[in-house]
Formats: sequence, structure tokens, C-alpha cells
Amino acid sequence: MKRQVTGLIVLLVVVAFLVLGVMLIHPFGYPPSAMDDYIIENAQEQTGSNNVVTSVVFDYRLVDTLGEATILFTAVTGVLLLLRASKRREESS
Amino acid sequence: MLSKIVRTAANQLIVFIVIFGLYVIAHGHLTPGGGFQGGAVIVSGVVMLLVAFSSKELKKSLRERTLSIMESSGALIFIGLAFAGIGIAFFYNFLVGTPIFGRIPATGPGPGDIWTGGFIPLMNLAVGLKVVAGLSAVVLAMALFSSGEEIE
Repeated sequence: MKRQVTGLIVLLVVVAFLVLGVMLIHPFGYPPSAMDDYIIENAQEQTGSNNVVTSVVFDYRLVDTLGEATILFTAVTGVLLLLRASKRREESS
Repeated sequence: MLSKIVRTAANQLIVFIVIFGLYVIAHGHLTPGGGFQGGAVIVSGVVMLLVAFSSKELKKSLRERTLSIMESSGALIFIGLAFAGIGIAFFYNFLVGTPIFGRIPATGPGPGDIWTGGFIPLMNLAVGLKVVAGLSAVVLAMALFSSGEEIE
């Protein structure tokens, strides 16, 4: 009973924060930020790339792409390590 | 291993799939796509080969050690290019304005030029190498494991 009450309170708090976050988001198509206009206007001469999406992914936000590549590397390492280890254990047993 | 018809069709189709994937990777700074997307296209061709032929056959030509070396070299090219412009900033696009990939296109829509983009095409190639090698290694290891073959 006590756990259920605690869970209900936590749920209500989380839902309140989510609803508040959705209500406080700026309306669609109304960018008050100057950053997207800046990227659209200056991406081609600053990065020389005609594809502005690529110029964001591979130039302005390249640290994010580094994280993405790290995730891929970790996933591949994990899969190979796990499958090799389980294969070896089957052989030894 | 599937029937001879499927194997022959896969043998012919893999050429076009790899060419399309390389196109998506190499034109990442001009058309939609890039290293991740083009790499996924090529890996879908590898999966087709894996279905048509067995994993035992594919293991002979796709060594996992080679794939690991390819993936690590892709990651090293990525980080090396990131550190190459460290005199100004980490991940500084130091190739814009130089003769190598340094042309600057006119602002606004246009057909584009392959020699633009600074180090973005090189980064696309590095990420493409990494995605192709990494995902192929994962798919091959899973197929080998589920069929009881030895993983080397």
C-alpha cells in the first residue's frame, strides 16, 4: 500500500513535469532563436557544403556525431566480445 | 544456402547495391544521405549475401579481423581529422578555402560541386567505412553464432 502511494506520487510529479514541458515549448514554426536562421544563411559559405543538414551534422554539431560513432563502436565491440566469450565457454565445458 | 537462381541474382545485385551505397557516401555533402545512411545501404547488401549464401561461405571472403581493422581505421581517421584543426578549435573545418575540397558554392540552391565541403566528405568516408565494417561484423558474428559456426 505504501509503495503504491509512493509510486502514484512519483507518477503524478513526472506527468506534471512532462505536461509543463509540453506547454512551455515554443509554438511550431515560430523560431524566436536566431540560431537556425544563422545556420541557414551562413552554412554554405562557412562550411562549403550545399547540404545544410550534413553541414550541421558533420560540422556545427560534430561532437554529437562523435558520440554517435562511439555508440556504434561500443555496440560492435560488445557484440563481438559477448559472442566470442559464449562460444569459448561452450567449447571448454 | 538458397537455390542457384537466388544466388545468381544476388551476385548480380550486389554490384548495384555497393555502387549506390558508395554514391550516397561520396555525395553526402551535396545530396541527402551521408556516411551512416550509405553504410547502412552497403550493409543491407551484405545481409542479402548472407541470406543467399550461407554464413559459412561468406566467412571465407569476409574475415572478421579485416573488418575490425577497417572499423578501427575509420574511427582513427575521424579522430585524426578532428585533431588536425586543433590549432583553432577541436573539430575545426580546416579544409575550407584550401585546394582540397575547398571550393565555396554560391549561397542559395544550386547543383553543387563535388570539390566543396571542407573535411565533410572525408568525415563521411571515415564514418561510412566505420559503419560498413562495424555492422557487417555484427551481422556476420550473429549469423555465425546462431548457426553454430566458429567465430574467428
